Amino acid sequence: MSVLQRDPQDMLRVLDEGGEPVGEVPDLSDDELVTMYREMYLARHFDTRAVSLQRQGRMGTYPPLSGQEGAQVGSAFALDEEDWLFPSYREHGAALHRGLPLKRTLLYWMGHEKGNRIPEDVNMFPVAVPIATQVLHATGAAWAKKLQGEDAAVMCYFGDGATSEGDFHEGLNFAGVFDTPNVFFCNNNQWAISVPRERQTASATIAQKATAYGFEGVQVDGMDPLAVYAATRAAVEKAKDPGEDERRPTLIEAVQYRFGAHTTADDPTVYRDTDEVEEWKRKDPIPRLEQFLRNTGRLDDEKVEAIESSVKDEVAEAIEAAESEARPEPSEMFSNVFAEQTPEIRAQAEAFAELHERRGDEGFLRE
Amino acid sequence: MSQSQQTQNLTLVQAVRDGLHTEMTNDDRVVVMGEDVGKNGGVFRATEGLWNEFGDDRVIDTPLAESGIAGTAIGMAAMGMRPVAEMQFSGFMYPAFDQIVSHAARLRARSRGRFTCPLVVRAPYGGGIRAPEHHSESKEAFYAHEAGLKVVIPSTPYDTKGLLISAIRDPDPVIFLEPKLIYRAFRGDVPEGDYEVPIGEAAVRREGTDVSVYTYGAMTRPTMEAAENLEEEGVSVEVVDLRTVSPMDKETIVKSFEKTGRAAVVHEAPKTGGLGAEITATLQERALLHQEAPVERIAGYDVPYPLYALEDYYLPSVARVEEGIRNAVEF
Repeated sequence: MSVLQRDPQDMLRVLDEGGEPVGEVPDLSDDELVTMYREMYLARHFDTRAVSLQRQGRMGTYPPLSGQEGAQVGSAFALDEEDWLFPSYREHGAALHRGLPLKRTLLYWMGHEKGNRIPEDVNMFPVAVPIATQVLHATGAAWAKKLQGEDAAVMCYFGDGATSEGDFHEGLNFAGVFDTPNVFFCNNNQWAISVPRERQTASATIAQKATAYGFEGVQVDGMDPLAVYAATRAAVEKAKDPGEDERRPTLIEAVQYRFGAHTTADDPTVYRDTDEVEEWKRKDPIPRLEQFLRNTGRLDDEKVEAIESSVKDEVAEAIEAAESEARPEPSEMFSNVFAEQTPEIRAQAEAFAELHERRGDEGFLRE
Repeated sequence: MSQSQQTQNLTLVQAVRDGLHTEMTNDDRVVVMGEDVGKNGGVFRATEGLWNEFGDDRVIDTPLAESGIAGTAIGMAAMGMRPVAEMQFSGFMYPAFDQIVSHAARLRARSRGRFTCPLVVRAPYGGGIRAPEHHSESKEAFYAHEAGLKVVIPSTPYDTKGLLISAIRDPDPVIFLEPKLIYRAFRGDVPEGDYEVPIGEAAVRREGTDVSVYTYGAMTRPTMEAAENLEEEGVSVEVVDLRTVSPMDKETIVKSFEKTGRAAVVHEAPKTGGLGAEITATLQERALLHQEAPVERIAGYDVPYPLYALEDYYLPSVARVEEGIRNAVEF
């Protein structure tokens, strides 16, 4: 029976907090498992460095992901190449797995639109900053794939707070009605800035909301990358090739925790207890997977050290590349509004260029 | 348009339907979606018969959710389709506003061209049909204010079809507002088959030398009537129908004003922050030395749109338009 066919209150788990299997380990090769670990490790290290860059004034406001690596990498791992990903704004780990260079992620948070220019060969949408709006884009994209006769699933990330928005409801409702190949992946990290999960919904689980839309909802331990992978993989397969009487869409609620702040502009000690954070840190997905891989002979000290060292180099290189990126040409503001510039925008661009030419950057820049 | 092309005598709403039919036939990426657009053919019959001809996958009755319609249409457009989303009335478009301004309008810019949004959002708009509350407002300025959107408001059956075809073919999002007061008010010659009326070009409906009057949509008719009446008094009125309110055809606007030196703007949208202000500012910027009188703004009042017992007092009437034009001429 599919792992999706379970009570939405019966959380799917594969590894316990010590990395011991408590469920069926998904069929992934040794290499894939080690790669999954490496990407999670990379996401954590990237996150630490990104927060530090912001603290040093080298980057703008940034939304940290620490604690959520298992949910992000485990789920992105379950997508096939032809599938699409519609992120919110915190899924730097999933984006990395899909092939978005770290440099682009850094550039976006450093204020360059170029960071949002997803490479042509990466099936991913730009980040969505308004809450839950991307759910509808993902439904529309999946609907398009179905109407175009293409075999692709569309995964959408959003948080627990997003499930209170109308667009969440409308997106899942349309998906149910039109039976679109969607995987709705809720990163329930317990806190929408300072408002706890309990204040978002009186439902016992977020997963159970799927019942109202006529498709399956599954709750999964989001600190357990293998459980996340197993649920997402089943959902991706069902989206593209549903069995008889099965509906394509699935809602996955990955129960997890953000160890850090909502963004670097936020101080979580104002609204949550240190004890709670410490309790969740004992469920940390990275040591959990590492322990499992060590216990099963897939990792040892030497391999872990090699991963740590290569990850540090990779992130350092990306930071250096992003910081050495020249400020974009101001003309870029004017050249991407429409396919063809309108007379008014052209006039504004010309007036700007003339003034810029005459007064130079010192006539504009405030630092 | 070739001489051999057959013409039909259509109302404005029939021209909408004909434009949709033409582009759906030409391009199988085009889908029509919205509330009651399928079997029912739309509450104004703008999609009549399309469902029978093109089927469920291309003429799609959606759940009753405007943000859902706009948001899923954005996802479809980004994936290479050409959705035409109908909002049943422009007064019910506000739930979709976030999707339109936060996403449709800026997808090309924010992804630096990796993703685009060739989407048309159609909505019956404007007052004058004795409709219930929330069915009569004119809020084109909301959309015209947003960078990345084009806003079209036709006033004739010919333009309606040609502009709608242009809107569907446009690589960027177009808000297509259909003045429902004149959906069936008159008929006009409309060619069969396809033709485009370019977005961003105004039409001079009537040439004159004393005063330029700028208008669009349903207000074109009372403006033309006022112009005829004033002609009898010896006032020569030029009437410019904007057709597209964003991007606005400022060349045509300024050219007319340079000839007359006097101007009035007529729109049913509220005066403050309305497009009349943009036209006035454009004349100030580009043609100040031609100006001989203050620009008259003949507009809806800055009050919530009244229920229909009072709506005729709210909407610019022929008499009000005449008075406004006369003020501009006699200053």
